[in-house]
Amino acid sequence: MKVSIPKESSVEEQRVGATPKTVKRLIKQGFDVYVEKGAGEKANYSDQLYQEAGAEILSSPEETFAKGDIVLKVQPVSDAELLWMKKDQVMLSYLYPATNQELLKKIAAKGVNAIAMDAIPRISRAQKMDVLSSMANIAGYRSVIEGANHFGRFLNGQITAAGKVDPAKVLVIGAGVAGLAAIGAANSLGAIVRAFDTRKEVAEQIESMGASFLTVEIDEDGSTSSGYSKVMSKEFIEAEMKLFSEQAKEVDIIITTAQIPGREAPKLIMDYHVKAMKPGSVIVDLAASTGGNCTLTKNGEIYTTDNGVTIIGKLDQLPAQASQLYGNNLCHLLDDMGKNENFAIDMEDAIVSRAMVTYNGQVNWPPEPLPVSPQKPHQEESELSLVPKISEVERSKKKTQKLFTTLTIIGLLLYLLGRVAPAEFMQHFTVFVLSVFVGWQVIWNVSHSLHTPLMAVTNAISGIIIIGGLLLTTNDISNPLTIIAFVAILVASINIVGGFVVTHRMLKMFKK
Amino acid sequence: MISAQVQLASYLFASILFILSLGGLSSQESAKRGVLFGIVGMIIAILSTVLGEGVQGHIYIIAAIAIASLIGIIVARKVEMTSMPQLVAILHSFVGLAAVLVGFGSYMDPKTQALTGVEHNIHLVEIFIGVFIGAITFTGSVIAWGKLEGKIRSKPLVYPGRHLVNIALVIVCAILCWMFLVAPGTDGMMHLYIMTAIASFIGIMLVMAIGGADMPVVVSMLNSYSGWAAAAAGFMLGNDLLIVTGALVGSSGAILSIIMCEAMNRSFWSVIFGGFGAGPTGPAKEVTGEVTSVNHQEASQLVKDAKSVVIVPGYGMAVAKAQFPVHELIQKLKKDGKEVRFGIHPVAGRLPGHMNVLLAEANVPYDIVLEMEEINEDLPETDLVMIIGANDIVNPSAQDDENSPIYGMPVIEAWKAKNVIVMKRSMATGYAGVQNPLFFKENTDMLYGDAKDSVSKINGFLLEN
Repeated sequence: MKVSIPKESSVEEQRVGATPKTVKRLIKQGFDVYVEKGAGEKANYSDQLYQEAGAEILSSPEETFAKGDIVLKVQPVSDAELLWMKKDQVMLSYLYPATNQELLKKIAAKGVNAIAMDAIPRISRAQKMDVLSSMANIAGYRSVIEGANHFGRFLNGQITAAGKVDPAKVLVIGAGVAGLAAIGAANSLGAIVRAFDTRKEVAEQIESMGASFLTVEIDEDGSTSSGYSKVMSKEFIEAEMKLFSEQAKEVDIIITTAQIPGREAPKLIMDYHVKAMKPGSVIVDLAASTGGNCTLTKNGEIYTTDNGVTIIGKLDQLPAQASQLYGNNLCHLLDDMGKNENFAIDMEDAIVSRAMVTYNGQVNWPPEPLPVSPQKPHQEESELSLVPKISEVERSKKKTQKLFTTLTIIGLLLYLLGRVAPAEFMQHFTVFVLSVFVGWQVIWNVSHSLHTPLMAVTNAISGIIIIGGLLLTTNDISNPLTIIAFVAILVASINIVGGFVVTHRMLKMFKK
Repeated sequence: MISAQVQLASYLFASILFILSLGGLSSQESAKRGVLFGIVGMIIAILSTVLGEGVQGHIYIIAAIAIASLIGIIVARKVEMTSMPQLVAILHSFVGLAAVLVGFGSYMDPKTQALTGVEHNIHLVEIFIGVFIGAITFTGSVIAWGKLEGKIRSKPLVYPGRHLVNIALVIVCAILCWMFLVAPGTDGMMHLYIMTAIASFIGIMLVMAIGGADMPVVVSMLNSYSGWAAAAAGFMLGNDLLIVTGALVGSSGAILSIIMCEAMNRSFWSVIFGGFGAGPTGPAKEVTGEVTSVNHQEASQLVKDAKSVVIVPGYGMAVAKAQFPVHELIQKLKKDGKEVRFGIHPVAGRLPGHMNVLLAEANVPYDIVLEMEEINEDLPETDLVMIIGANDIVNPSAQDDENSPIYGMPVIEAWKAKNVIVMKRSMATGYAGVQNPLFFKENTDMLYGDAKDSVSKINGFLLEN
């Protein structure tokens, strides 16, 4: 099969659908690769490099679009480009399906099967083809570099002969892939990094990247099964705004990354926040293209407000790197769809069926939702538990019956025992049975990691058998009873002391 | 001297403290308090017994306790954390031995001989059962100690018809019990001796029949037995504190055994009665693929390239005492901003929670030490899994080969990660004696050698640049 890579027609787009490296991969997968002349120019990949990788260079866009069975693009296809395409071609690119219904209809009418790379469901298996993640990673990194560039100071703290330099404080809002990448980059440059997210589950991830997790004191979790956060309550937003006001006075760089697919970005940094910031501070708004997280952001512009705050609404794409990762994502998807030999569109597949936004002349959007958030298993559980409820009732009935029979048998046995055993024995027996129950209840709560200490403690405690020895000792050492008792006390005491000392030693080592 | 009522009250107090002591182990924070409760409870119990009426020979008591404390402290301080299982096993045997001795003593006690009728009979039965359980615990624990220490072959020793033999032996014991009951005065001593010998034999065979990978179950089972032995002694002495404590320990050990068995998908009974239960029904799947190995430098490169690393330790880490270099390794990785976590299989090591103790010894913070279920979810997104001296607990056969003896046992799904490094001394099979297809997988690389040595070398390469 033929794969063609046209040059991106949009002036701003610097990336390209394949790099020489990914071309090699495609050829390895068995595809014939055709690249339009100058396709990789803006990303610093020359035609010669593509040729060396094994691609054939085509001179015109018409030819390129028409040639491939599969077309790899970055930006959505333009109307003009669509004219060059033909039925049953497969196209991989960004499509923004949620806000691009018109285009989808046109593509469908043309009979092109389009895969929206930005609609790949965010499940574990699809991570390697998730362009949103790979691009967000770059954006996060770049946001810090860009922010540092416009921030006229060091990011790290230094004590030099010329004086002391305080480290810069960076606030990252939204801890998705971009946010986490930004935290990592800012942290490695030496800044003090704080991060905020409405989803409590990411606190750990934030801390793992080296930032401190900021939170408001309202107990509300923004996690949803889609992996994105939900819209929060009014109280929460108020508290959040207050938190940002406090932070705005203190921090030097704010990086906002909050985006919701198919919707306008939430407004998080208000004009009064910007006003509160120190002159020379920087705001990097990664959501600029969808309206911006800051009310003052201008998409595609970098400017300085009256009070000296630089607001960055455009980011360099790092085209060489971005193309490489994007190209890899595409390769992984093609790999998943069967490479050259077995290439097939499997509409049963969880990934393909959701990303294939036009298929056989039909628009296939929106897809059915797919829960992804891996850290929220209880949600899935509640869905699952709806089904087997009926059988559960039956099962509990059976359980009750079984329990009833067991109890009857136990009752009978106890009755028989009571008939023959003396009163004293019954009294001890009562204590025994109750203790077994107490032990049973208590031990189930013991945490897994403490099983060894538990064993050592129970071991020490079972040395209580020493009492047997104590009760048997007599004043006469020549009495065999005393000797027996002496040995019993001896070994039981070793047990007690040894058990407790060793437990203590073990527990001393456990630390958080 | 204190009155019997005060003594009972102190026993009750001691019981409460013991229960709180075990309850305290539910979390790391309260665990130390739990141990303190246990110690206080024990002191109260001993003091109130010694100060009670009718106790004689205080000098001998004090002498015995003093000598024992010295031995106990020295042993417990000297023992290495890696040989904890052996220590626990040998301590269990002491309880068993004490139970046997107390049983014999109680039989010789003139007070016992003074009893008549049903009370006399019941008391003798109690002695008999107490000695029986005590003897099994004693010899079983000694064998378990030998196996863990490597003095006895850990391979299960099974012979056909062993269940029948065991049952026959138990029946013989029951007959002996009857003869013991009817014997006048202390003439039953002979029967008691014979029964002790038989019970000792049962104890030996019981543990000899259980294989290496099941050792955690054996140790916790013996823990349980030592509790029941103490409870039986409580019955024979009419002492409620012994009964309560014995029951607590007994049920604790039983629960641990059950947890271990569940972790290995093994029926509790088949483990207790030895061997591998029903055993595999067909030939194991042919393992295909090629084993690739790396040297330390290549391994360190894999570590360097990984963003998220999960370390799965096994008994090999304990043997090599690799927990210290492992701690250095994770410190280095964390400093580099990588996500490092541990995945602990419930039966890793030779004792429940063995790995946790070792890692704690090396100061690994316990919040990055996760259980199997927790870590399995994250493995598909993990760049690198380092398996240090573990084998059966990461064997994919448990999930996909129905003929494998370990089929159905929950395992850590290491093969789902992008890369896997297996540190092992050789290609030898693990305790369960089955081949591990994980080693043949494409994303798996073997790093042969002593675990401690290997980890240290990787650390060296990581520090170089």
